[in-house]
Amino acid sequence: MGSKLKASTPGAIAFGILKYVCLIGASIIAILPVLVCVFTAFKTNEEYQVTSPLDLPASFGYLTNFKEAWSKASMFTGFRNTAVVLVFVLILSIFFSATLAYVLNRFRFAGNGTIRNLFMFASLIPGIATQVTVYQIMYNLGLINHLYGYVIVLCGTDIISIYIFLQFFENLPVSLDESGIIDGCTYFGVFFKILFPLLKPAIVTSCVLKGVSIYNEYYMSNLYLTKDYLKTISTALYAFVGPYGSQYNYICAGVIITIIPALIIFLLCQDHIYSGMAAGAVKG
Amino acid sequence: MGNSSGAVALRGEQSFLSKHQKGFVIITFMVIPMALLFLFTYLPFFKMIQFSFYNRNYLSEGTWVGLKNYIDVFKRDDCFKTLLVSVYYMGGAVVQLVLALFFATLMVFKVKGSNLYKACLFFPYLICGIAVGFIFKFFYAHGYVLDNILMALGVAEENIPLWLQDTRINNIALVATSVWRYTGQNMVMFMGAMMSVDSTLYEACALDGANNWQKFRYIILPSIKTIIVLNLILAISGSLCAFEPPYVITNGTMGTGTYFVIMNRIAHENQKVGLACAMAIVLLVIIILCTVGQKLFFKYAYQTSDDGSDPRPRLKNERYAAKKAGKAGV
Repeated sequence: MGSKLKASTPGAIAFGILKYVCLIGASIIAILPVLVCVFTAFKTNEEYQVTSPLDLPASFGYLTNFKEAWSKASMFTGFRNTAVVLVFVLILSIFFSATLAYVLNRFRFAGNGTIRNLFMFASLIPGIATQVTVYQIMYNLGLINHLYGYVIVLCGTDIISIYIFLQFFENLPVSLDESGIIDGCTYFGVFFKILFPLLKPAIVTSCVLKGVSIYNEYYMSNLYLTKDYLKTISTALYAFVGPYGSQYNYICAGVIITIIPALIIFLLCQDHIYSGMAAGAVKG
Repeated sequence: MGNSSGAVALRGEQSFLSKHQKGFVIITFMVIPMALLFLFTYLPFFKMIQFSFYNRNYLSEGTWVGLKNYIDVFKRDDCFKTLLVSVYYMGGAVVQLVLALFFATLMVFKVKGSNLYKACLFFPYLICGIAVGFIFKFFYAHGYVLDNILMALGVAEENIPLWLQDTRINNIALVATSVWRYTGQNMVMFMGAMMSVDSTLYEACALDGANNWQKFRYIILPSIKTIIVLNLILAISGSLCAFEPPYVITNGTMGTGTYFVIMNRIAHENQKVGLACAMAIVLLVIIILCTVGQKLFFKYAYQTSDDGSDPRPRLKNERYAAKKAGKAGV
C-alpha cells in the first residue's frame, strides 16, 4: 500500500540518504586536492612551513606567490602561445577533418575504403611511440622551435575529429546536397553554404575533445618547442620542477593560475562541454 | 558499396562538367589531410620499422643489427617486463569505469544539486596534466596533504607509507591520480548514453513498480552495454600506453616506469633509437592484436544487437547497419 508513495519505505529512505552521501563524498574527494592547493597558494613562506596543508590561509589577500609564479615561470608567454596554438589547430583541424569527411562520406571513388582504413590503422598507433621518428622528420623539415611547426604536427596527428565528422555526415540527409545541386550550387557551394553550418554540433564536440587535449599537451611541446619564448602553458608550468623543489606555496600558485582559464571556460560553456563529451563517447 | 549514397543520389546530374568538378573537389579536399597523414603517421611508422633493425642514435646512420633489438626488448629487464606495471593501470581503469557507471546511474535518477556534483567530478578532467602532476606530488608528499588527512582520521604516523617511494603502493598511488582525473569524464559519457535512452521506458517500468535496481539492471545496463564494453576494451590499450602519471609525478623511478616511460628514456636520454623503435613496434603489435580481438568480439557478440549505438563507424557494413537502425548519433 505504502509502496506507491515513493521514499516512504525504510529501504527507499536509506537509499536516498546513501545516494547523497556517495555523491557528496565523491565531490569532496574530487575537489579536495585542488582546494588544498588553493589554500597553500595563499600562504606566506612562514605560514606554509608551520601550518598543516589542510589549514586555511591567514588571509586570501596574500598574492605574492601568484606574482612570483607568474613572472618566474613566464606564464604569460605560456598562455599566449597555448592560445595561439589552440586557435590555429582548432580552426585548421576542424576544416581539414570536415572536408575530408565530406569527401569520404559523399563521393564514391576508387580508394575511398582504403583511405578510411589508413586512417583507422593510424588511430591505433600510439602517438608517443612514433615521436622518436617524427622528431627526425620535424628536424629535417626545419619545423622545430617554430609555433607553426607545432601547429602542423598537432593537426597531422588528429584522427578523432575525422571520426566525429564522418559519423556526423552519416546522419545529414543527402537530400540537402541534392537540393543544393538542383539550385545550381557547385559541390564547394554545397559544402560551405549548406552542410558546414549544419555541422555545428560536431564542431562543438571536436573543439571540446581537441581543445582539452591541446591544452594538456606536454610531450610534443617539450620536444618541439625548446626555446623559452615558445613555451606553452604545460612546459611553462613544468619549469617549477627545478628551482622551487618543494616550495609548494609557489608551485600551487602556478597550478592555480593554469586552472583559472580552464575553470572560466568550463563555467561559461558547461553544457556545450558536457554534450560534446557525451557525443564524443558514442563516436569513439 | 552502400556507403556513397551521395554519388548515387546525384546521378541525374552526372554531366561532363560535374564529373570533372567532382574529381576536383575530391582532390582539393583530400590533399592536405592525406599529406599530413603520410608525413606524421605513415612515414614515421615505416622509418620506425627500419630503425628497429639498426643500432643507432638520432644523428648517426648506425649499423645493421638484424633482430638484436627485438631480442633485447624481451631479454632486458627494463623493457618488456615493464608491461606488468600496466596491470595496475588496467585495474585502475576497471575501478574508474565502475565508479563512473555508479555515479552516472545515481545522477540519472532525480538528485538535488546534481549539476554541482557533476561539475565537481568532471572538473579534474580539464586540469592540465602537468598541473595534475604537481597537485599530486604535493598531495602525496611526505608530511603533507594525504598524511595529514590520515592523521586527522586517527592513523598513526608510523603506519603511513611513503606514497611515491614505497614500491608496494606507489603504482597504486599513481593509478589513483588517473582515476581521479578521468572518472568524471567517463561519468559524463555514460550519462550522455543513458539520457539517450527513450524516457518512456523509464515511465513504463515505473508504472510496473520496478525499483531502482531493476531499472538499472533491465533498462540502463542493456542500453549502454555496447559503450561499456568498448570502454573496457579501450582501457586495455590505454593501460598498455600509460604514460603521463609516472612521467610527470615520479619520472618512472622506484618501479613506476611504464613501458612508454622507459621507451622514452631509452630514446631520448640513452639515445638508443633502434631499441626504442623495436619497443614501439612490439607494443604496436600487441595493440593490433587487442584491436583485432575487439573487432571479433563485437562481430560475434553484437551481430544481432539492435541498439545501433555501435560507437565507431569503422567499416561499410557496420555503418550500413547503424544507418538502418536509424539512430541519430547524439
